[in-house]
Amino acid sequence: MTDTAAVATWLADFAALVHENANLLTDLDRQIGDADHGSNMERGMTAVAALDPGQYPEPAALLKAAGMTLVSTVGGASGPLFGTFFLRLATAATGPDMSPAEFAAGLEAGLAGVVARGKASEGDKTMIDSLAPAVRACQEAIAGGDSLADALHKAAEAAAAGRDATVPLIARKGRASYLGERSRGVQDPGATSVALLIESAARTLH
Amino acid sequence: MKKLINDAGAVVRDSLLGVEAAHADRVRVDHEHRVILRREPTRQGKVAVISGGGSGHEPLHGGFVGIGMLDAAVCGEVFTSPTPDQIMAATTAVDAGAGVLHVVKNYTGDIMNFEMAAELADAESGVRVAAVVVDDDVAVQDSLYTAGRRGVGLTVLLEKIVGAAAEEGRDLDSCLKVAQQVVATGRSMGMALTSCTVPAAGKPTFDLGEGEMELGIGIHGEPGRERLPLGSAKEVAAQLVEPILADLDFAGDAIVMVNAMGGTPLIELYIVYAEVKALLESRGVTIVRNLVGNYITSLEMAGCSVTVLKADDDLLKLWDAPVNTPGLRWGA
Repeated sequence: MTDTAAVATWLADFAALVHENANLLTDLDRQIGDADHGSNMERGMTAVAALDPGQYPEPAALLKAAGMTLVSTVGGASGPLFGTFFLRLATAATGPDMSPAEFAAGLEAGLAGVVARGKASEGDKTMIDSLAPAVRACQEAIAGGDSLADALHKAAEAAAAGRDATVPLIARKGRASYLGERSRGVQDPGATSVALLIESAARTLH
Repeated sequence: MKKLINDAGAVVRDSLLGVEAAHADRVRVDHEHRVILRREPTRQGKVAVISGGGSGHEPLHGGFVGIGMLDAAVCGEVFTSPTPDQIMAATTAVDAGAGVLHVVKNYTGDIMNFEMAAELADAESGVRVAAVVVDDDVAVQDSLYTAGRRGVGLTVLLEKIVGAAAEEGRDLDSCLKVAQQVVATGRSMGMALTSCTVPAAGKPTFDLGEGEMELGIGIHGEPGRERLPLGSAKEVAAQLVEPILADLDFAGDAIVMVNAMGGTPLIELYIVYAEVKALLESRGVTIVRNLVGNYITSLEMAGCSVTVLKADDDLLKLWDAPVNTPGLRWGA
């Protein structure tokens, strides 16, 4: 079940994953951006992990607080984008326990929010390249009767594949786009963070 | 990494303590929101002009807070846009009933955070916000397939000119119009001899070999469009000026800035300025005002940028108006 405690476990696990991978994320950003993605995400998720789940009786409230925390601590493009993702995910949650269908719909709302805020499309070499396939995989699996855990495992695989597929792309949005052809050959840092987010969801939510 | 810092995670915070200590006669600092404000509150009925962005470009933006220029500057982490709540705090602090003009450099993060802040400020306190987006970097050639041209050197000239317009008592729409005129008639191009090291990252953003330069850089230590062999100052001046002239017809009077990226000595910058001036004059551009120095930097990066802005009587009058900020001062 996806109650506040489960969401808190997911957020704490994602924060730990970001911490473990902060150097990798910054290193990818050094190659095609400005060398701050890891430190920015780590600052934001450390603040999110410090939220007291006891203050939020329902998942929607905790997810909303997580989104606002990211918006107000991360800065850059990642703050508004990851913040918007959680704020929109929160809108799909009703009551003390999110159903698998609600969670899948929330992921889709999160993706729509990121697309609206960032004005990027799939193939632009951004976080959307791993988020969009993950959301589709999750939706399809839930519609086909999978459990949330199974659906999220499929979503995590799709996110990882989408992340890997950013390597040969030329960036068309964000700071990497200024490099043109020279952005080819490097994995997108934002897509890498999204893959961690979904991987973390798959191992903490059931 | 060799830097004069106490803690790689507290560079912006510690630097703001120094700004406050050094310039208390002109500015004050809201440490909670990392906003540098004029010491005196905005005059009632005056349009407030604020800017902000990642830190590491000093004196931009905080060094340009004061009479005749900005009312406040919002400081993000190094090379990272400030957050909406920081920007909103600055916006509501400086509003004096005539509205607030946001000067935003065209980067994905800055655009999103300033947009969210304007939405919040309008929803929560009814402050009227207008925004001008600076996108003067001719190195970004194909805006259709990128995030668009970056905001670089022209931001300095715009903040001076729009700050004077607001000081003179022009309303928000008029200030916005002047700002848009500057954006429409100014262009920049930059180059780097070295990269720079973001304190939190600990190592240089890229490596450049002896005898190499990056042409078409922005202001975040990021690589440019091309890596080329480094020629003489005369050749570099041409590599910076020609793309600017190819982009817009600048024949006539102009305000020109030759800006160092933080690690280039003035003796070299003046060599570049002489070459830039000679080249522009040979192409029918007369420099009527200039700035030569470190105005918009990229930490300790060595390199320079050239900015050219068409000058008309109104812009020159605003340019010459008194300004008294830590980073730019004349007539006051």
